[in-house]
Amino acid sequence: MSEIVLDKVWKEYGDQIVLEQISLTIAARAFVALVGPSGCGKTTFLRLLLGEEAPTQGTITLDGVPLVAEPGPDRGVVFQRYSVFPHLTVLGNVLLGKVLKASPIAARLFGAKRRAAIEEARQLIAEVGLTGAEDKYPAQLSGGMQQRLALAQALIMRPRVLLLDEPFGALDPGIRAEIHVLMKRLWHETELTVVMVTHDLREAFTLGTRVIAFERPRDRPEERERYGARLSRDIDIWPPRIAGETSIYAPDRADPVIPLSLAQDDLAPRGDRVS
Amino acid sequence: MRWINLKPGRATSVALMLAPFALLVIAYGIGSAARLAENPGDKLLPALQSLVDAVNRMAFTPDVRTGEYLLWSDTAASLSRLVAALGIATAIALVTGMVIGMFPYIRALLAPFVATVSMVPPLALLPILFIVLGLGETAKITLIVIGVAPAMIRDLALKVLELPREQLIKAQTLGGSSWQIALRVVLPQILPRLITCLRLQLGPAWLFLIAAEAISADSGLGYRIFLVRRYLSMDVIFPYVAWITLLAIIANFALDRLRIAVFPWSNLERGA
Repeated sequence: MSEIVLDKVWKEYGDQIVLEQISLTIAARAFVALVGPSGCGKTTFLRLLLGEEAPTQGTITLDGVPLVAEPGPDRGVVFQRYSVFPHLTVLGNVLLGKVLKASPIAARLFGAKRRAAIEEARQLIAEVGLTGAEDKYPAQLSGGMQQRLALAQALIMRPRVLLLDEPFGALDPGIRAEIHVLMKRLWHETELTVVMVTHDLREAFTLGTRVIAFERPRDRPEERERYGARLSRDIDIWPPRIAGETSIYAPDRADPVIPLSLAQDDLAPRGDRVS
Repeated sequence: MRWINLKPGRATSVALMLAPFALLVIAYGIGSAARLAENPGDKLLPALQSLVDAVNRMAFTPDVRTGEYLLWSDTAASLSRLVAALGIATAIALVTGMVIGMFPYIRALLAPFVATVSMVPPLALLPILFIVLGLGETAKITLIVIGVAPAMIRDLALKVLELPREQLIKAQTLGGSSWQIALRVVLPQILPRLITCLRLQLGPAWLFLIAAEAISADSGLGYRIFLVRRYLSMDVIFPYVAWITLLAIIANFALDRLRIAVFPWSNLERGA
Protein backbone atom coordinates (compact mmCIF):
# COMPACT_ATOMS: atom_id res chain seq x y z
CA MET A 1 0.00 0.00 0.00
CA SER A 2 1.12 3.56 0.08
CA GLU A 3 0.90 5.26 3.42
CA ILE A 4 2.68 8.58 3.73
CA VAL A 5 3.94 9.60 7.15
CA LEU A 6 5.34 13.04 7.93
CA ASP A 7 7.11 13.41 11.23
CA LYS A 8 7.72 16.94 12.58
CA VAL A 9 8.57 18.37 9.20
CA TRP A 10 9.96 21.93 8.94
CA LYS A 11 10.81 23.75 5.78
CA GLU A 12 12.87 26.92 5.77
CA TYR A 13 14.29 28.94 2.91
CA GLY A 14 17.19 30.83 4.43
CA ASP A 15 15.68 32.83 7.29
CA GLN A 16 12.14 32.40 6.08
CA ILE A 17 10.24 29.62 7.81
CA VAL A 18 7.54 28.32 5.54
CA LEU A 19 6.21 25.23 7.27
CA GLU A 20 6.65 24.26 10.87
CA GLN A 21 5.91 21.20 12.88
CA ILE A 22 3.90 19.31 10.30
CA SER A 23 3.10 15.80 11.56
CA LEU A 24 0.62 13.92 9.50
CA THR A 25 -0.25 10.39 8.44
CA ILE A 26 -1.94 9.99 5.11
CA ALA A 27 -3.60 6.60 4.84
CA ALA A 28 -3.21 4.45 1.76
CA ARG A 29 -5.82 5.22 -0.90
CA ALA A 30 -6.90 8.40 0.85
CA PHE A 31 -7.82 11.47 -1.16
CA VAL A 32 -6.45 14.39 0.81
CA ALA A 33 -7.42 17.89 -0.21
CA LEU A 34 -5.07 20.58 1.00
CA VAL A 35 -6.51 24.06 1.42
CA GLY A 36 -5.34 27.32 2.89
CA PRO A 37 -4.79 30.98 2.03
CA SER A 38 -2.26 32.00 -0.61
CA GLY A 39 1.34 31.79 0.49
CA CYS A 40 0.71 29.39 3.34
CA GLY A 41 3.03 26.75 1.98
CA LYS A 42 0.60 24.37 0.29
CA THR A 43 2.72 24.14 -2.81
CA THR A 44 5.89 23.84 -0.73
CA PHE A 45 4.27 20.93 1.05
CA LEU A 46 3.52 19.27 -2.26
CA ARG A 47 7.08 19.84 -3.38
CA LEU A 48 8.29 18.05 -0.28
CA LEU A 49 6.11 15.07 -1.09
CA LEU A 50 7.29 15.21 -4.68
CA GLY A 51 10.91 15.13 -3.59
CA GLU A 52 11.65 18.36 -5.41
CA GLU A 53 12.63 19.88 -2.06
CA ALA A 54 13.99 18.20 1.03
CA PRO A 55 12.60 19.08 4.48
CA THR A 56 14.90 21.21 6.63
CA GLN A 57 14.02 19.08 9.63
CA GLY A 58 11.92 15.99 10.13
CA THR A 59 11.30 12.98 7.94
CA ILE A 60 8.83 11.92 5.30
CA THR A 61 8.33 8.21 4.67
CA LEU A 62 6.35 6.39 2.04
CA ASP A 63 5.42 2.92 3.33
CA GLY A 64 8.09 3.24 6.01
CA VAL A 65 10.87 4.05 3.52
CA PRO A 66 12.27 7.60 3.66
CA LEU A 67 11.58 9.60 0.50
CA VAL A 68 14.45 10.09 -1.91
CA ALA A 69 15.14 13.79 -2.43
CA GLU A 70 14.31 13.52 -6.10
CA PRO A 71 11.09 13.06 -8.03
CA GLY A 72 10.58 9.49 -9.11
CA PRO A 73 8.16 7.20 -10.93
CA ASP A 74 6.36 6.13 -7.73
CA ARG A 75 4.86 9.63 -7.39
CA GLY A 76 2.91 11.05 -10.28
CA VAL A 77 2.10 14.72 -10.57
CA VAL A 78 -0.26 17.06 -12.40
CA PHE A 79 0.42 20.80 -12.24
CA GLN A 80 -1.93 23.62 -13.07
CA ARG A 81 0.06 24.38 -16.22
CA TYR A 82 2.97 22.99 -18.25
CA SER A 83 2.25 19.42 -17.20
CA VAL A 84 2.35 18.05 -20.72
CA PHE A 85 5.08 18.24 -23.31
CA PRO A 86 4.26 20.65 -26.14
CA HIS A 87 6.47 18.83 -28.64
CA LEU A 88 4.67 15.50 -28.31
CA THR A 89 1.24 14.52 -29.54
CA VAL A 90 -1.40 13.27 -27.14
CA LEU A 91 -0.33 9.70 -27.84
CA GLY A 92 3.35 10.61 -27.54
CA ASN A 93 2.74 12.30 -24.20
CA VAL A 94 0.97 9.30 -22.72
CA LEU A 95 3.48 6.91 -24.23
CA LEU A 96 6.52 8.73 -22.87
CA GLY A 97 6.50 7.13 -19.41
CA LYS A 98 6.33 3.63 -20.89
CA VAL A 99 9.10 4.41 -23.35
CA LEU A 100 11.45 5.88 -20.74
CA LYS A 101 10.96 2.84 -18.54
CA ALA A 102 11.57 0.27 -21.25
CA SER A 103 14.37 1.90 -23.20
CA PRO A 104 17.04 3.51 -21.01
CA ILE A 105 19.53 4.41 -23.75
CA ALA A 106 17.65 5.10 -26.96
CA ALA A 107 14.50 6.28 -25.16
CA ARG A 108 12.48 4.91 -28.07
CA LEU A 109 10.46 1.74 -28.63
CA PHE A 110 10.14 -0.28 -31.79
CA GLY A 111 8.12 -3.17 -33.16
CA ALA A 112 6.02 -5.35 -30.89
CA LYS A 113 7.01 -3.52 -27.72
CA ARG A 114 5.93 -0.24 -29.23
CA ARG A 115 2.62 -1.67 -30.38
CA ALA A 116 1.91 -3.06 -26.92
CA ALA A 117 2.73 0.27 -25.31
CA ILE A 118 0.54 2.11 -27.82
CA GLU A 119 -2.31 -0.28 -27.05
CA GLU A 120 -2.03 0.48 -23.33
CA ALA A 121 -1.74 4.21 -23.97
CA ARG A 122 -4.84 4.19 -26.18
CA GLN A 123 -6.85 2.50 -23.45
CA LEU A 124 -5.84 5.17 -20.99
CA ILE A 125 -6.57 7.92 -23.51
CA ALA A 126 -10.05 6.44 -23.95
CA GLU A 127 -10.44 6.27 -20.18
CA VAL A 128 -9.89 10.01 -19.82
CA GLY A 129 -12.13 10.73 -22.80
CA LEU A 130 -9.56 11.89 -25.33
CA THR A 131 -10.21 9.27 -28.01
CA GLY A 132 -9.89 10.83 -31.43
CA ALA A 133 -7.38 13.42 -30.30
CA GLU A 134 -4.37 11.07 -30.29
CA ASP A 135 -2.49 12.90 -32.99
CA LYS A 136 -3.11 16.43 -31.75
CA TYR A 137 -0.49 18.52 -30.05
CA PRO A 138 -1.29 20.03 -26.63
CA ALA A 139 -1.50 23.52 -28.11
CA GLN A 140 -4.47 22.27 -30.15
CA LEU A 141 -6.34 21.09 -27.03
CA SER A 142 -8.50 23.09 -24.65
CA GLY A 143 -7.40 23.58 -21.05
CA GLY A 144 -9.66 20.81 -19.77
CA MET A 145 -8.41 18.38 -22.37
CA GLN A 146 -4.82 19.22 -21.52
CA GLN A 147 -5.45 18.37 -17.87
CA ARG A 148 -7.12 15.09 -18.87
CA LEU A 149 -4.04 14.36 -20.91
CA ALA A 150 -1.79 15.20 -17.96
CA LEU A 151 -3.76 12.75 -15.80
CA ALA A 152 -3.44 9.98 -18.38
CA GLN A 153 0.26 10.70 -18.75
CA ALA A 154 0.84 10.42 -15.01
CA LEU A 155 -1.37 7.34 -14.56
CA ILE A 156 0.38 5.20 -17.16
CA MET A 157 3.25 4.86 -14.69
CA ARG A 158 0.83 3.33 -12.16
CA PRO A 159 2.20 5.60 -9.43
CA ARG A 160 1.40 4.82 -5.82
CA VAL A 161 0.85 8.47 -5.03
CA LEU A 162 -0.70 11.10 -7.26
CA LEU A 163 0.06 14.72 -6.42
CA LEU A 164 -2.15 17.43 -7.84
CA ASP A 165 -1.12 21.09 -7.67
CA GLU A 166 -4.30 23.10 -8.29
CA PRO A 167 -4.87 20.93 -11.33
CA PHE A 168 -8.32 22.25 -12.20
CA GLY A 169 -7.87 25.81 -10.97
CA ALA A 170 -7.67 27.35 -14.44
CA LEU A 171 -10.75 25.57 -15.82
CA ASP A 172 -14.28 26.89 -16.31
CA PRO A 173 -16.79 25.65 -13.72
CA GLY A 174 -18.68 23.36 -16.12
CA ILE A 175 -15.51 21.73 -17.38
CA ARG A 176 -14.24 21.47 -13.84
CA ALA A 177 -17.34 19.55 -12.77
CA GLU A 178 -16.82 17.07 -15.59
CA ILE A 179 -13.18 16.53 -14.79
CA HIS A 180 -14.13 16.04 -11.12
CA VAL A 181 -16.27 13.11 -12.19
CA LEU A 182 -13.32 11.70 -14.09
CA MET A 183 -10.95 12.28 -11.18
CA LYS A 184 -13.27 10.52 -8.77
CA ARG A 185 -13.63 7.55 -11.08
CA LEU A 186 -9.88 7.25 -11.55
CA TRP A 187 -9.39 7.35 -7.81
CA HIS A 188 -11.93 4.60 -7.31
CA GLU A 189 -10.50 2.40 -10.01
CA THR A 190 -6.76 2.71 -9.51
CA GLU A 191 -4.57 1.97 -6.49
CA LEU A 192 -3.87 5.59 -5.73
CA THR A 193 -3.26 7.79 -2.76
CA VAL A 194 -4.07 11.32 -3.88
CA VAL A 195 -2.89 14.59 -2.39
CA MET A 196 -4.46 17.62 -4.03
CA VAL A 197 -3.67 21.27 -3.38
CA THR A 198 -6.62 23.49 -4.18
CA HIS A 199 -7.92 27.01 -3.67
CA ASP A 200 -11.45 25.85 -4.07
CA LEU A 201 -13.09 24.67 -0.84
CA ARG A 202 -16.01 23.25 -2.73
CA GLU A 203 -13.66 21.15 -4.82
CA ALA A 204 -11.88 19.99 -1.68
CA PHE A 205 -15.11 18.78 -0.13
CA THR A 206 -16.46 17.29 -3.36
CA LEU A 207 -13.46 15.11 -4.03
CA GLY A 208 -11.61 14.53 -0.78
CA THR A 209 -11.88 11.89 1.89
CA ARG A 210 -10.10 14.29 4.18
CA VAL A 211 -9.60 18.02 4.04
CA ILE A 212 -6.52 19.55 5.60
CA ALA A 213 -6.02 23.27 6.09
CA PHE A 214 -2.72 25.08 6.54
CA GLU A 215 -2.62 28.45 8.23
CA ARG A 216 -0.09 30.78 9.76
CA PRO A 217 -0.99 31.12 13.42
CA ARG A 218 1.04 34.33 13.58
CA ASP A 219 0.59 36.43 10.53
CA ARG A 220 1.51 39.98 11.53
CA PRO A 221 4.01 41.46 9.05
CA GLU A 222 6.85 41.45 11.57
CA GLU A 223 6.15 37.84 12.49
CA ARG A 224 5.86 36.57 8.95
CA GLU A 225 9.45 35.55 8.54
CA ARG A 226 10.00 33.65 11.72
CA TYR A 227 6.73 31.76 11.97
CA GLY A 228 5.68 29.30 9.33
CA ALA A 229 2.31 27.77 8.53
CA ARG A 230 0.98 24.93 10.63
CA LEU A 231 -1.64 22.34 10.16
CA SER A 232 -4.72 24.13 11.49
CA ARG A 233 -7.67 21.94 10.49
CA ASP A 234 -7.96 18.26 9.73
CA ILE A 235 -11.46 17.25 8.72
CA ASP A 236 -12.53 13.75 7.79
CA ILE A 237 -15.37 13.91 5.34
CA TRP A 238 -18.61 12.44 6.62
CA PRO A 239 -20.22 10.27 5.44
CA PRO A 240 -16.86 8.65 4.69
CA ARG A 241 -15.80 7.99 1.15
CA ILE A 242 -13.86 4.79 0.62
CA ALA A 243 -11.96 4.13 -2.57
CA GLY A 244 -13.69 1.55 -4.73
CA GLU A 245 -16.84 1.34 -2.61
CA THR A 246 -20.23 2.88 -3.08
CA SER A 247 -21.24 4.92 -0.07
CA ILE A 248 -24.25 3.49 1.70
CA TYR A 249 -25.15 6.92 3.00
CA ALA A 250 -25.01 9.04 -0.07
CA PRO A 251 -24.55 6.86 -3.13
CA ASP A 252 -25.16 9.74 -5.47
CA ARG A 253 -22.32 11.68 -3.99
CA ALA A 254 -19.59 9.08 -3.86
CA ASP A 255 -20.48 6.59 -6.44
CA PRO A 256 -17.60 4.65 -7.97
CA VAL A 257 -19.83 3.03 -10.57
CA ILE A 258 -20.01 5.99 -12.87
CA PRO A 259 -20.67 4.78 -16.39
CA LEU A 260 -17.70 5.24 -18.62
CA SER A 261 -18.68 8.40 -20.37
CA LEU A 262 -16.89 9.62 -23.41
CA ALA A 263 -18.15 13.10 -22.87
CA GLN A 264 -15.43 15.60 -23.58
CA ASP A 265 -15.49 19.01 -22.17
CA ASP A 266 -14.62 20.76 -25.36
CA LEU A 267 -14.55 18.98 -28.64
CA ALA A 268 -14.16 22.07 -30.73
CA PRO A 269 -10.95 21.31 -32.57
CA ARG A 270 -8.52 24.11 -32.43
CA GLY A 271 -6.72 22.76 -35.47
CA ASP A 272 -8.09 25.68 -37.45
CA ARG A 273 -5.44 27.78 -35.81
CA VAL A 274 -2.76 25.72 -37.50
CA SER A 275 -1.69 27.59 -40.53
CA MET B 1 -10.61 55.69 -37.84
CA ARG B 2 -7.41 55.67 -35.86
CA TRP B 3 -4.18 55.02 -37.73
CA ILE B 4 -3.36 52.07 -35.50
CA ASN B 5 -6.51 50.30 -36.67
CA LEU B 6 -6.02 50.79 -40.38
CA LYS B 7 -4.79 47.61 -42.02
CA PRO B 8 -3.69 47.25 -45.65
CA GLY B 9 -5.39 44.68 -47.89
CA ARG B 10 -3.49 41.99 -49.70
CA ALA B 11 -2.78 43.92 -52.90
CA THR B 12 -1.85 47.03 -50.96
CA SER B 13 0.49 44.97 -48.81
CA VAL B 14 2.33 43.66 -51.84
CA ALA B 15 2.53 47.13 -53.35
CA LEU B 16 3.84 48.56 -50.08
CA MET B 17 6.33 45.74 -49.78
CA LEU B 18 7.72 46.40 -53.26
CA ALA B 19 7.69 50.19 -52.99
CA PRO B 20 11.04 50.69 -51.16
CA PHE B 21 12.80 48.31 -53.55
CA ALA B 22 11.33 50.09 -56.58
CA LEU B 23 12.30 53.45 -55.08
CA LEU B 24 15.85 52.28 -54.60
CA VAL B 25 16.10 51.11 -58.22
CA ILE B 26 14.58 54.33 -59.52
CA ALA B 27 16.85 56.48 -57.40
CA TYR B 28 19.83 54.51 -58.64
CA GLY B 29 18.69 54.88 -62.27
CA ILE B 30 18.29 58.64 -61.95
CA GLY B 31 21.60 59.05 -60.17
CA SER B 32 23.41 56.89 -62.65
CA ALA B 33 21.90 58.64 -65.66
CA ALA B 34 22.76 62.06 -64.22
CA ARG B 35 26.39 61.14 -63.57
CA LEU B 36 26.83 59.44 -66.92
CA ALA B 37 25.37 62.42 -68.75
CA GLU B 38 28.06 64.57 -67.19
CA ASN B 39 30.91 62.10 -67.67
CA PRO B 40 30.38 59.02 -69.86
CA GLY B 41 33.46 57.41 -68.26
CA ASP B 42 32.03 57.58 -64.71
CA LYS B 43 32.55 54.35 -62.77
CA LEU B 44 30.72 55.02 -59.51
CA LEU B 45 27.14 54.43 -60.62
CA PRO B 46 27.35 52.31 -63.79
CA ALA B 47 24.33 52.07 -66.09
CA LEU B 48 22.04 49.09 -65.91
CA GLN B 49 23.53 47.79 -69.16
CA SER B 50 27.05 47.74 -67.66
CA LEU B 51 25.72 45.81 -64.66
CA VAL B 52 24.13 43.25 -66.99
CA ASP B 53 27.37 43.02 -68.93
CA ALA B 54 29.32 42.50 -65.72
CA VAL B 55 26.96 39.75 -64.58
CA ASN B 56 27.26 38.15 -67.98
CA ARG B 57 31.04 38.34 -67.79
CA MET B 58 31.30 37.02 -64.23
CA ALA B 59 28.58 34.36 -64.32
CA PHE B 60 28.23 33.09 -67.86
CA THR B 61 31.64 33.59 -69.52
CA PRO B 62 34.62 31.46 -68.54
CA ASP B 63 37.50 33.45 -67.09
CA VAL B 64 40.30 33.77 -69.65
CA ARG B 65 43.01 32.87 -67.14
CA THR B 66 41.48 29.98 -65.20
CA GLY B 67 38.61 28.91 -67.45
CA GLU B 68 36.23 29.06 -64.46
CA TYR B 69 32.91 30.86 -64.22
CA LEU B 70 34.01 33.30 -61.52
CA LEU B 71 30.67 34.05 -59.83
CA TRP B 72 29.92 30.38 -59.38
CA SER B 73 33.40 29.38 -58.24
CA ASP B 74 33.41 32.33 -55.81
CA THR B 75 29.98 31.32 -54.53
CA ALA B 76 31.05 27.72 -54.10
CA ALA B 77 34.18 28.77 -52.20
CA SER B 78 32.30 31.14 -49.90
CA LEU B 79 29.37 28.83 -49.25
CA SER B 80 31.57 25.85 -48.47
CA ARG B 81 33.38 27.95 -45.86
CA LEU B 82 30.10 29.27 -44.47
CA VAL B 83 28.42 25.87 -44.32
CA ALA B 84 31.43 24.22 -42.70
CA ALA B 85 31.73 26.99 -40.12
CA LEU B 86 28.03 27.14 -39.31
CA GLY B 87 27.89 23.34 -39.08
CA ILE B 88 30.73 23.28 -36.57
CA ALA B 89 29.32 26.25 -34.63
CA THR B 90 25.85 24.66 -34.49
CA ALA B 91 27.19 21.35 -33.23
CA ILE B 92 29.29 23.05 -30.55
CA ALA B 93 26.43 25.35 -29.55
CA LEU B 94 23.90 22.52 -29.30
CA VAL B 95 26.00 20.31 -27.07
CA THR B 96 27.48 23.09 -24.93
CA GLY B 97 24.27 25.07 -24.65
CA MET B 98 22.33 22.00 -23.58
CA VAL B 99 24.74 20.87 -20.89
CA ILE B 100 25.09 24.44 -19.56
CA GLY B 101 21.33 24.77 -19.39
CA MET B 102 20.66 21.36 -17.87
CA PHE B 103 23.44 20.67 -15.38
CA PRO B 104 24.10 23.20 -12.58
CA TYR B 105 27.69 21.97 -12.16
CA ILE B 106 28.56 22.52 -15.80
CA ARG B 107 26.70 25.84 -15.71
CA ALA B 108 28.89 26.97 -12.82
CA LEU B 109 31.96 25.80 -14.73
CA LEU B 110 31.28 27.12 -18.22
CA ALA B 111 28.65 29.86 -18.21
CA PRO B 112 30.97 32.70 -17.06
CA PHE B 113 33.69 31.49 -19.42
CA VAL B 114 31.38 31.48 -22.43
CA ALA B 115 30.04 34.89 -21.44
CA THR B 116 33.60 36.22 -21.37
CA VAL B 117 34.58 34.65 -24.67
CA SER B 118 31.49 36.08 -26.33
CA MET B 119 32.71 39.58 -25.40
CA VAL B 120 36.02 39.19 -27.28
CA PRO B 121 35.68 40.99 -30.64
CA PRO B 122 36.28 38.16 -33.14
CA LEU B 123 37.86 40.44 -35.74
CA ALA B 124 40.52 41.40 -33.21
CA LEU B 125 41.42 37.72 -33.08
CA LEU B 126 41.80 37.50 -36.84
CA PRO B 127 45.54 38.36 -36.92
CA ILE B 128 46.15 35.75 -34.23
CA LEU B 129 44.21 33.16 -36.20
CA PHE B 130 46.16 33.93 -39.36
CA ILE B 131 49.46 33.70 -37.48
CA VAL B 132 48.61 30.49 -35.68
CA LEU B 133 46.52 28.66 -38.25
CA GLY B 134 48.05 29.98 -41.45
CA LEU B 135 46.27 31.71 -44.27
CA GLY B 136 44.25 28.71 -45.45
CA GLU B 137 40.65 27.69 -44.93
CA THR B 138 41.12 26.74 -41.26
CA ALA B 139 41.65 30.31 -40.11
CA LYS B 140 38.57 31.61 -41.94
CA ILE B 141 36.32 28.84 -40.68
CA THR B 142 37.66 29.27 -37.16
CA LEU B 143 36.95 32.98 -37.27
CA ILE B 144 33.30 32.39 -38.16
CA VAL B 145 32.96 29.71 -35.50
CA ILE B 146 34.47 31.97 -32.82
CA GLY B 147 32.26 34.77 -34.02
CA VAL B 148 28.92 33.01 -33.89
CA ALA B 149 29.23 30.04 -31.50
CA PRO B 150 29.31 31.91 -28.14
CA ALA B 151 26.12 33.82 -28.90
CA MET B 152 24.41 30.60 -29.98
CA ILE B 153 25.59 28.76 -26.86
CA ARG B 154 24.22 31.47 -24.60
CA ASP B 155 20.94 31.64 -26.44
CA LEU B 156 20.40 27.89 -26.28
CA ALA B 157 21.41 27.65 -22.63
CA LEU B 158 18.87 30.38 -21.84
CA LYS B 159 16.25 28.53 -23.82
CA VAL B 160 16.89 25.36 -21.81
CA LEU B 161 16.62 27.35 -18.58
CA GLU B 162 13.34 28.80 -19.77
CA LEU B 163 11.75 25.37 -20.03
CA PRO B 164 9.10 25.28 -17.30
CA ARG B 165 10.29 23.62 -14.10
CA GLU B 166 7.08 21.60 -14.20
CA GLN B 167 8.15 19.82 -17.36
CA LEU B 168 11.43 18.61 -15.94
CA ILE B 169 9.71 17.46 -12.74
CA LYS B 170 7.07 15.68 -14.75
CA ALA B 171 9.71 13.94 -16.83
CA GLN B 172 11.36 12.72 -13.65
CA THR B 173 8.09 11.37 -12.30
CA LEU B 174 7.82 9.45 -15.57
CA GLY B 175 11.08 7.75 -14.62
CA GLY B 176 13.36 9.69 -16.95
CA SER B 177 17.11 9.71 -16.31
CA SER B 178 19.19 12.82 -17.06
CA TRP B 179 20.17 11.30 -20.39
CA GLN B 180 16.60 10.38 -21.32
CA ILE B 181 15.33 13.81 -20.32
CA ALA B 182 18.04 15.44 -22.42
CA LEU B 183 17.15 13.26 -25.38
CA ARG B 184 13.36 13.26 -25.25
CA VAL B 185 12.36 16.43 -23.42
CA VAL B 186 15.07 19.08 -23.75
CA LEU B 187 16.63 18.34 -27.15
CA PRO B 188 13.43 18.27 -29.20
CA GLN B 189 12.25 21.47 -27.58
CA ILE B 190 15.41 23.45 -28.28
CA LEU B 191 15.99 22.23 -31.85
CA PRO B 192 13.48 24.73 -33.27
CA ARG B 193 15.22 27.43 -31.29
CA LEU B 194 18.56 26.22 -32.64
CA ILE B 195 17.32 26.79 -36.17
CA THR B 196 16.02 30.25 -35.30
CA CYS B 197 19.31 30.99 -33.60
CA LEU B 198 21.19 29.91 -36.72
CA ARG B 199 19.03 32.22 -38.81
CA LEU B 200 19.85 35.16 -36.58
CA GLN B 201 23.57 34.35 -36.80
CA LEU B 202 23.59 34.30 -40.62
CA GLY B 203 24.29 38.03 -40.70
CA PRO B 204 27.33 37.92 -38.38
CA ALA B 205 28.55 34.76 -40.14
CA TRP B 206 28.60 36.57 -43.52
CA LEU B 207 30.32 39.53 -41.91
CA PHE B 208 33.17 37.39 -40.58
CA LEU B 209 33.39 35.43 -43.82
CA ILE B 210 33.78 38.52 -45.96
CA ALA B 211 36.22 40.08 -43.53
CA ALA B 212 38.39 36.98 -43.59
CA GLU B 213 38.18 36.69 -47.38
CA ALA B 214 38.99 40.33 -47.85
CA ILE B 215 42.25 39.95 -46.00
CA SER B 216 43.51 36.67 -47.31
CA ALA B 217 41.96 34.39 -49.90
CA ASP B 218 42.28 33.40 -53.53
CA SER B 219 38.60 32.93 -54.20
CA GLY B 220 35.25 33.76 -52.62
CA LEU B 221 32.62 36.45 -52.88
CA GLY B 222 34.31 38.72 -50.35
CA TYR B 223 37.68 38.20 -52.01
CA ARG B 224 36.27 39.22 -55.41
CA ILE B 225 34.62 42.38 -54.11
CA PHE B 226 37.79 43.57 -52.46
CA LEU B 227 39.89 42.59 -55.49
CA VAL B 228 37.86 44.53 -58.05
CA ARG B 229 37.59 47.47 -55.64
CA ARG B 230 41.11 48.35 -56.81
CA TYR B 231 39.75 49.07 -60.30
CA LEU B 232 36.64 50.84 -59.02
CA SER B 233 34.59 48.10 -60.68
CA MET B 234 31.28 49.06 -59.23
CA ASP B 235 29.63 47.13 -62.06
CA VAL B 236 30.93 43.93 -60.44
CA ILE B 237 30.57 44.96 -56.80
CA PHE B 238 26.87 45.86 -57.00
CA PRO B 239 25.76 42.52 -58.48
CA TYR B 240 27.97 40.65 -56.00
CA VAL B 241 26.43 42.48 -53.05
CA ALA B 242 22.95 41.81 -54.39
CA TRP B 243 23.84 38.13 -54.87
CA ILE B 244 25.19 37.81 -51.32
CA THR B 245 22.02 39.43 -50.00
CA LEU B 246 19.89 37.06 -52.05
CA LEU B 247 21.80 34.03 -50.74
CA ALA B 248 21.30 35.22 -47.17
CA ILE B 249 17.57 35.80 -47.73
CA ILE B 250 17.15 32.34 -49.27
CA ALA B 251 19.03 30.70 -46.38
CA ASN B 252 16.95 32.60 -43.84
CA PHE B 253 13.68 31.63 -45.49
CA ALA B 254 14.70 28.00 -46.05
CA LEU B 255 15.72 27.56 -42.43
CA ASP B 256 12.40 28.92 -41.20
CA ARG B 257 10.48 26.61 -43.54
CA LEU B 258 12.61 23.72 -42.34
CA ARG B 259 11.73 24.48 -38.74
CA ILE B 260 8.01 24.52 -39.45
CA ALA B 261 8.20 21.35 -41.56
CA VAL B 262 10.21 19.34 -39.03
CA PHE B 263 8.71 20.76 -35.83
CA PRO B 264 5.09 21.57 -36.64
CA TRP B 265 4.27 22.03 -32.96
CA SER B 266 6.73 24.92 -32.62
CA ASN B 267 4.35 27.09 -34.62
CA LEU B 268 1.18 25.99 -32.81
CA GLU B 269 2.47 27.39 -29.56
CA ARG B 270 2.81 30.82 -31.03
CA GLY B 271 -0.72 30.81 -32.42
CA ALA B 272 -2.33 29.56 -29.21
